[in-house]
Amino acid sequence: MEEKEIKLMKGNEAIAHAAIRCGADGYFGYPITPQSEIIETLALLKPWETTGMVVLQAESEVASINMLYGGAGAGKRVLTSSSSPGIALMQEGISYMAGAELPGVIVNVQRGGPGLGTIQPSQSDYNQATRGGGNGDYNVIVLAPNSVQEMADFVDLAFTLAFKYRNPAMILSDGVIGQMMEKVVLPPQKPRRTEAEILRECPWATTGRSKLRAPNIITSLELMPEVMEQKNLHLQAKYRQIKANETRCELTKCDDADYLVVAFGSAARIAEKSMEVARAHDIRLGLFRPITLWPFPEKELQNAAAGKKGILVAEINAGQMVQDVSLAVGGKIPVAHFGRLGGIVPDPEEIVNALKTKLIDNE
Amino acid sequence: MKTEIIIAGFGGQGVLSMGKILAYSGLLEGKEVTWMPAYGPEQRGGTANVTVIVSDERISSPILSTYDVAIVLNQPSLDKFMPKLKPSGTLIYDGFGIVNPPQRNDITTYRIDAMDKAAELKNAKVFNMIVLGALLKVYPIVSTEGLQKALYKTLPERHHKLIPLNMQAVEEGMKLIE
Repeated sequence: MEEKEIKLMKGNEAIAHAAIRCGADGYFGYPITPQSEIIETLALLKPWETTGMVVLQAESEVASINMLYGGAGAGKRVLTSSSSPGIALMQEGISYMAGAELPGVIVNVQRGGPGLGTIQPSQSDYNQATRGGGNGDYNVIVLAPNSVQEMADFVDLAFTLAFKYRNPAMILSDGVIGQMMEKVVLPPQKPRRTEAEILRECPWATTGRSKLRAPNIITSLELMPEVMEQKNLHLQAKYRQIKANETRCELTKCDDADYLVVAFGSAARIAEKSMEVARAHDIRLGLFRPITLWPFPEKELQNAAAGKKGILVAEINAGQMVQDVSLAVGGKIPVAHFGRLGGIVPDPEEIVNALKTKLIDNE
Repeated sequence: MKTEIIIAGFGGQGVLSMGKILAYSGLLEGKEVTWMPAYGPEQRGGTANVTVIVSDERISSPILSTYDVAIVLNQPSLDKFMPKLKPSGTLIYDGFGIVNPPQRNDITTYRIDAMDKAAELKNAKVFNMIVLGALLKVYPIVSTEGLQKALYKTLPERHHKLIPLNMQAVEEGMKLIE
């Protein structure tokens, strides 16, 4: 068997390589720190000369997301990326895609806000990502990578889920995961789908009408409330199906733990070290890491939390995922939050100290 | 075995590339590695730092509270990172421009005058390789052969003619440690 080639690269670079290798048809984006390496790497790799993938620097984030709408409408595997303020600009387009049931991948390498905020890492777009973010009742599938390897792996996974459910999928990363370099094994090169494959797999797409079928119409607009209600009910049924089938999480040393730390993405990596530090001081701490933030692994957390003395939610924001954690455990177990703001990334010992002061000392 | 290193200095001194070469050499020797830069407007003149972890086991946090080794190349970095060294940790610092020398008895301190050595070699650009040589003398995290291999792998071919010069700088750096 051929040995897998191990590379050293940034999370952002891994996204670009993985997009080409998973057979993406197009990338549209506008540079912003801390994720500009994505479009820079794509420009360096020139996939238009090899796989035929289009890479286009749009004039703005609003243009990027609407190009995504167009590409997805034709059944193409298309992605865009940005960081927090740019993702905020895209919310209208994401809502339209959800309404029109279009698959597409959006990568958010988060930085601190509100507004232009800072270029340093943050996880303060959790609520925006998991609650839809734009107008209307909708959800986006949200994956939270915690390593460069997962940055690479989640691109194909996001496309698979997006097309399976005809829904936008987001990779919610941050400046830590985007900027750090780690070992990565890139996925094998898949060919882009042929026009015939798109016709077969995306019968809803606007691929050019033959005389045999009625026109496909892709829109989020419906002026008849009765019809629009049915459309919303259909979306809600789809979201229930995603919730039932697609939650993902990772449990580390939860079984013998007295306390749990719940963390995602970069915070989960930091919390993993906090767990080592705590255990060295005879505090039995386990780590519960949601990998899908929407759908949130509610039942898995309920099970893992049963009988524990307390849960600390460590996130790089003022307290967002802590609401989902509290809802999941339903007041049965004390839940506390710890976070740093404004681009400050907490270190492992701060999390252990928070566990002591907020939970252990209060018993 | 896990070595947690912070490299800090002025932007333009080659702090990030030094870390990258170290991480890549570790990777070639089959180790787990993480390279986490403080990114931002840190270009020539500002401060720059990078955390490099080289380990035989899985690496958890890329963000650390304390370090095994601190390589500091200016006064602000010395002030910031000396207190974060673990007891019995190792401090390597360049003496150039240091007005308040380090004062901690529970660590091992090496002063290297790599800036002067680079001037002596008439090539300011190999400064970071001199420092790297000093580190590898104190802490043989990777072998010099591994390091050379990493340079051939990471540098574009047009720069390969400069590798012997860089390896010479590494040797000179090793000699700075008594």
